[in-house]
Amino acid sequence: MSDTDLKATPGNGQPPADEASAERLTSAPVESEAPTGIGVFGWLRWTWRQLTSMRVALILLFLLSVAAIPGSLIPQTAENAFQVQTWQAAHKDLTPIYQKLQLFNVYSSVWFSAIYILLFVSLAGCIIPRTWQFVGVLRAKPPAAPANLTRMPVYAAWHTDADPATAVAAAQRLLRRRRFRVHGSGSAVAGEKGYLREVGNLLFHLSLFALLAGFAWASLASGTGGKLVIEGDGYTNTLTQMDDFNGSAFYGPNDLDPFGFHLDNFTATYQLTGDQMGQPRTFDANVHYWTGSDPTRTKGGVISVNHPLEIGGSKVFLIGHGYAPVITVKDGSGKVVYHDAVPFLPQDPNLTSTGVVKVGDYGQKDGKKVQLGFSGFFLPTAPDSFGPTTGPRSLFPGDANPAMVLTAYEGDLGTDSGVPQNIYQLDLSHLTQLQQDGQPARTKLTPGQGWTLPDGYGSISFDGYKQWASFSVSHRPGNTVALTGAMLAILGLIGSLLVQRRRIWVRAVTTPDGRTLVELAGLARSESAKIAEELADLAVDLQDDAPALDEPEEPEETDASGASAEPDEPDGPSESAAPDTPADATPSAPETKE
Amino acid sequence: MILAIGVNTQLSGLSDKLIYSAMFVYALAMFAHMFEWTFGSKGGVARRSAEQASLAAAAAQVSVTEQVRAAKEAKAAKKVTVTVASADGGTTTLTRTALAGEGAIVVTSGRGEEREIDGPGAAGTSEKGDLAGRIAISLTILGFACNFGGVLLRGLSVMRFPWGNMYEFSCAFGVTMIGTYLLLLALGKPVRWMGLPAVVAATLTLGLATTVLYTADEQLVPALHSYWLGIHVTTAIICGGAFYAAFASTALYLGREAYDKRLAAGLPGGPFRTSASVWERLPATATLDKLSYRINALVFPLWTFTIIAGAIWAESAWGKYWEWDPKETWSFITWVVYACYLHARATAGWRGRKAGYLALLAFACFLFNYYGVNIFITGKHSYAGVG
Ligand code: HEM
Repeated sequence: MSDTDLKATPGNGQPPADEASAERLTSAPVESEAPTGIGVFGWLRWTWRQLTSMRVALILLFLLSVAAIPGSLIPQTAENAFQVQTWQAAHKDLTPIYQKLQLFNVYSSVWFSAIYILLFVSLAGCIIPRTWQFVGVLRAKPPAAPANLTRMPVYAAWHTDADPATAVAAAQRLLRRRRFRVHGSGSAVAGEKGYLREVGNLLFHLSLFALLAGFAWASLASGTGGKLVIEGDGYTNTLTQMDDFNGSAFYGPNDLDPFGFHLDNFTATYQLTGDQMGQPRTFDANVHYWTGSDPTRTKGGVISVNHPLEIGGSKVFLIGHGYAPVITVKDGSGKVVYHDAVPFLPQDPNLTSTGVVKVGDYGQKDGKKVQLGFSGFFLPTAPDSFGPTTGPRSLFPGDANPAMVLTAYEGDLGTDSGVPQNIYQLDLSHLTQLQQDGQPARTKLTPGQGWTLPDGYGSISFDGYKQWASFSVSHRPGNTVALTGAMLAILGLIGSLLVQRRRIWVRAVTTPDGRTLVELAGLARSESAKIAEELADLAVDLQDDAPALDEPEEPEETDASGASAEPDEPDGPSESAAPDTPADATPSAPETKE
Repeated sequence: MILAIGVNTQLSGLSDKLIYSAMFVYALAMFAHMFEWTFGSKGGVARRSAEQASLAAAAAQVSVTEQVRAAKEAKAAKKVTVTVASADGGTTTLTRTALAGEGAIVVTSGRGEEREIDGPGAAGTSEKGDLAGRIAISLTILGFACNFGGVLLRGLSVMRFPWGNMYEFSCAFGVTMIGTYLLLLALGKPVRWMGLPAVVAATLTLGLATTVLYTADEQLVPALHSYWLGIHVTTAIICGGAFYAAFASTALYLGREAYDKRLAAGLPGGPFRTSASVWERLPATATLDKLSYRINALVFPLWTFTIIAGAIWAESAWGKYWEWDPKETWSFITWVVYACYLHARATAGWRGRKAGYLALLAFACFLFNYYGVNIFITGKHSYAGVG
């Protein structure tokens, strides 16, 4: 519960002004009820006040959490474009509606952005004024004791023979020792402590901006590219070498950090036994890398899953791996028309992989220009025979029993049409499958084996295989800003949530009967029960200098505390408070003294 | 521990046995707590006329020993009576007395509305109930030891942090749930009422772990080979245990609040046809509310840290800090709803019941993130070892 409202129960009249300011323990905005002033300006001001109010912040926060949900249930383009296509194919009727609502791009959609932008506007409108206000608080003295201390939530009083000045001086000393900020004025002392709460709260909210700034910077100045590299091949960080590249306003193809690396080999190990057989255990890409433009001065390194390689302003992450069978194709005359390692893409955890071979330079057959295409599977651990329905399936991701299954096509690959093609797929529109005995020609090969194609098309041989690894090359500034923001946010939160801001007042006055009345009152957020203990401790210490007197009868003042508590709590059954106050509030008066 | 690598199947077998024992002992503790509640309803605070006395007794019970001492030393002590106004819309004042030299703060009396005073606890005034409760706590401690041992041996058997799959998280979750409760108890907080919800949840969690989620002890997939596993997942599990304690407290706060309202309106019994005596024996709304707020407030920074640590880890494993993977998304949602709750507590018109609902919702998001996302939604985090 906010301190502001400890006593501010409307209904039985507002507390006196001195209490209102004394009780304000936060610079949180005071909720405004209705438009103030008239005309457009008044309404504008009202709207702004509403937008920057806690209530609207609360609603916006809530909206933000609700708005984040659809993105976790519907596939997202940014995360997995392929999944989105599959989903869209399966839900033809819903797709247009979802597209209109930007449900495939929730986190960059207009409505999601609107919520968080409004939230940050609201945050700015709330936090910046609060910061100035708080600076003001730090400059000012702790608010003076309100006239009626009994109205404070925590209260203690006793009579003493010591004179008021001694008691006040002692209180001031004790409060200082407890590291309160203290301000004495005549018969009273005001002390305040726990400013770190407010500091923490402001720090937390402000560092959300640092976080945002970090993200904004990153989205304006970062770029990510992907590259699949086969063992033995190299990579230079230029656009032409990348499989794909996503740049941003300030990081385009010309800004790529100059470096390169050579993939010496890739090793993967897998669980060999038990339930989790086949689960990967380690992936390591061994590389030699260089920065700048001189590829001869290299250093060795390993890129593995939790250990990206940092080179020249970029990071290289290992994100995937697979096999690349080495294939040779000969034409009918025995001339080699194709020889390469072809990366096949894994389809399941056991690395059943699919891929295609496009032989664009086959040349002529029967006086006609011909191209050949092959599509098939690579199985690192092939079963002895395939079931008719399941198709080729690998049993294990390691290369225990590698084999390939291939079918062949002839015709026009479509590679010369100028339209960019997916290198992992055959465009079947101008291809015909080779037949053997009236069936599509198909074969299973183990490394070293070859296959003579039907109709004199020549032969294909499976010479062996290499592994490939795919990397993501990412240049992303702004991380430090975001990270610093995040760390400060946590620090701020700790201060904000674990520190209690609290005030204690001590007043000593001479009563008409010549004794001194010492009164202590405390105020904290109601989450803190500690204030009572703190006050009690202080009071006990204070009694060294201002010992309590035996009370011959109920002191008037304590009685008043019970009575005056009532008007503040109009909704409580107040009759319970009044009658038994004197007895309970100051129990066992006779045994009070030493 | 060099030997441990060699004998890992033995260790993990022992670990499995310990987890089963923990489950069994928690279940026994659960029955003991049920006896405690049942006896308590018979022997205890059946009628409101008897309440005054029993509440006074309860208040006294809090610190009987100190009071005796206090009485003895009262002559020599400096004694200060502090009047505390309850800010929760009630009119109660509690009086606290500080004894010089003792440092002890003694609650000497409460007055006014009984509903503001904490109930006597599950056992009511029944001695049998109290005995059952004590047995339950002893069993809980024993169960905790088994549970902890099970997790520890699992870790030793694979020589890594033992939270690489859902079975392992769940076992660790049992440890943090019961651990939070026992810690609160050890700190002298009035949380004996939490015993039943704690052991019920721990029994269910371990039951689910050993049946549906069981995964043999193995090494981890490469993405989990990181010291961030130790940091991120450990804090997540601690948050889980503590959030659960806060959840139990919030749920009972809402129940007790509803009961108080019914009482004020002259309706018999508690909400949802529960017996009034259950609610009467619980702590006051203000106490429950404060406890849940404190725990949530304490854990929220840790949860924030967990998410940030997760983002850092995601970057080193997958190359991106944040991809709105379902797990990330739901952590974010959970975080925002908890932030909502904290805001609600500072916003007029939202504190109390409404804030309580938000806290429940936030915990529901946490649970969904844990079970729902792992089981029903596939994302990059789907190495949980199920399905
Ligand atoms: C956008 C406008 C926002 C406003 C006007 C706002 C305002 C406030 C205020 C005034 C407090 C302190 C309450 C008090 O001292 O009693 C507070 C606390 C807090 N705010 Fe915000 N905030 C905003 C946005 C956010 C956002 C975006 C978050 C994070 C998701 C956030 C998280 C918190 C947390 C965790 C606390 C601590 C609660 C406590 O002290 O009990 N706030 N906020």
